[in-house]
Amino acid sequence: MSKSVRGSYLLEGLRRLGSVALFLLQLLGQSLPALARPGLLVKQIYNAGARSLIIIMLSGLFVGMVLGLQGYDLLQRFGSEQALGTAAALGLLRELAPVITALLFAGRAGTALTSEIGLMRATDQLTAMEIMAVDPLRYVAAPRFLGGVIAMPLLTAIFSVIGLYGAQLVGVQLMGVDKGVFWSQTQGSVALHDVSEGLVKSVVFGFACSLIAVHEGYHAEPTAEGVGLATTRTVVASSVLILLLDYVLTAAFL
Amino acid sequence: MRDVHYAIGGREIFRGLDLTVRRGRITAIMGPSGGGKTTLLKLITGQILADRGSVRVFGEEVATLGHRALYALRQRLGLLFQNGALLTDMDVFDNVAFPVREHSDLPEALIRKLVLLKLQAVGLRGAAHLLPGELSGGMARRIALARAIVMDPEVLMYDEPFVGLDPISLGVILRLIKQMNTALGITSIVVSHDVQELATIADDSYLLLDGRIAAAGSPAELRASEAPAVRQFMTGSAEGPVAFNYPAPDYLGQLLAEGDE
Repeated sequence: MSKSVRGSYLLEGLRRLGSVALFLLQLLGQSLPALARPGLLVKQIYNAGARSLIIIMLSGLFVGMVLGLQGYDLLQRFGSEQALGTAAALGLLRELAPVITALLFAGRAGTALTSEIGLMRATDQLTAMEIMAVDPLRYVAAPRFLGGVIAMPLLTAIFSVIGLYGAQLVGVQLMGVDKGVFWSQTQGSVALHDVSEGLVKSVVFGFACSLIAVHEGYHAEPTAEGVGLATTRTVVASSVLILLLDYVLTAAFL
Repeated sequence: MRDVHYAIGGREIFRGLDLTVRRGRITAIMGPSGGGKTTLLKLITGQILADRGSVRVFGEEVATLGHRALYALRQRLGLLFQNGALLTDMDVFDNVAFPVREHSDLPEALIRKLVLLKLQAVGLRGAAHLLPGELSGGMARRIALARAIVMDPEVLMYDEPFVGLDPISLGVILRLIKQMNTALGITSIVVSHDVQELATIADDSYLLLDGRIAAAGSPAELRASEAPAVRQFMTGSAEGPVAFNYPAPDYLGQLLAEGDE
């Protein structure tokens, strides 16, 4: 790769970063007025949150079940299968629930946000709003952004609960770990800061995913190809950013 | 508009454009496709700013307006998009009610009356419950017209209002434009390349060629013009000073060239 090509990649990366940062400032500026329109916000929480419920619940169940199987297999080698509840609960709350929920959110709700806003751009709907003196940032972008930020922690909490149930299903019902031991171990070892670690992660991921999805849609090239590319960029950028932020946050919490 | 220059991606769209729209009249702006007619409307609504020159709307210089002042100005303007640009997540009624709900605190009962009034004006009161996806192109444009006039704008701009319409829809749209002007006193700017249709309703016409106004006057005066470029456009001929073909190498040479894919 020649120097000039590397330079142009770097410049393009910086340009995008600057564009996202400026967009974030504009969004935050419009977020308070958007909060004053609960109808719009609730609709977006429904779109991003309620409509992602089935995929989140199913994934949570299976991830929990796998955790139950793998955890049991590993722990029984050391004769400590009673600790399955602890392992599953801490693994889910601190790591798996926020990360997998965010990855699924980027694929399900993030892409929907980007393509919806991108198509609104391509069909002149955003321009029409501007001409009608309605700021599309306030009417379209801010409620969708806030909806995503609010929906993510709720989805993460649901993922954790269903995941723990899945782990219990396999560990207790299938592998024969004592039910009382499973739950008392879980209760005894999970502290408030474990829950708050998951909560903080989910809020940060919700913020990042929604920002990327709305930004990509809002700035999509107004063509079929442009909207397609923007949707792809949403998934790729969100996924990488989630994993990167996860590392940073985990390091900060430990 | 005075001496407006505007270039996009190194291509000059306007090179010293001068144009005046008079209050209460229908002004037609004609010109070939890609000649910057839609760009002209964007300059008026402040979506883009001129590189040089002055664009004044209601006596205010658009380029100097802040966000708030620009939005206040836009409330006095209406624009009818070529494709209607209706909001797809709400039905026809809510689309027409949208600007009213955003800009006023009118009670819902009054909004309902207002919207039905405007829908009746475009003959689509019965379509209030339909979604934009269920409308034909002509219907969508009429709904968009109802939405554009629901706030009673002082100036209404039409972007290619006649494209792709059947003769009945075309006649209806033409009549509506005329009615909006005579009954409501709305100043109208119609941007189009349909010379014949425009001639029947326009008070003033401008012909936009090559980034400048090539001719101005009443439609009859334009038709009577002897200038070759104006004659070519008004009669729809491919031959003349206005290039129809995109610049290309020699035709015969390219056909006979060997190894050319």
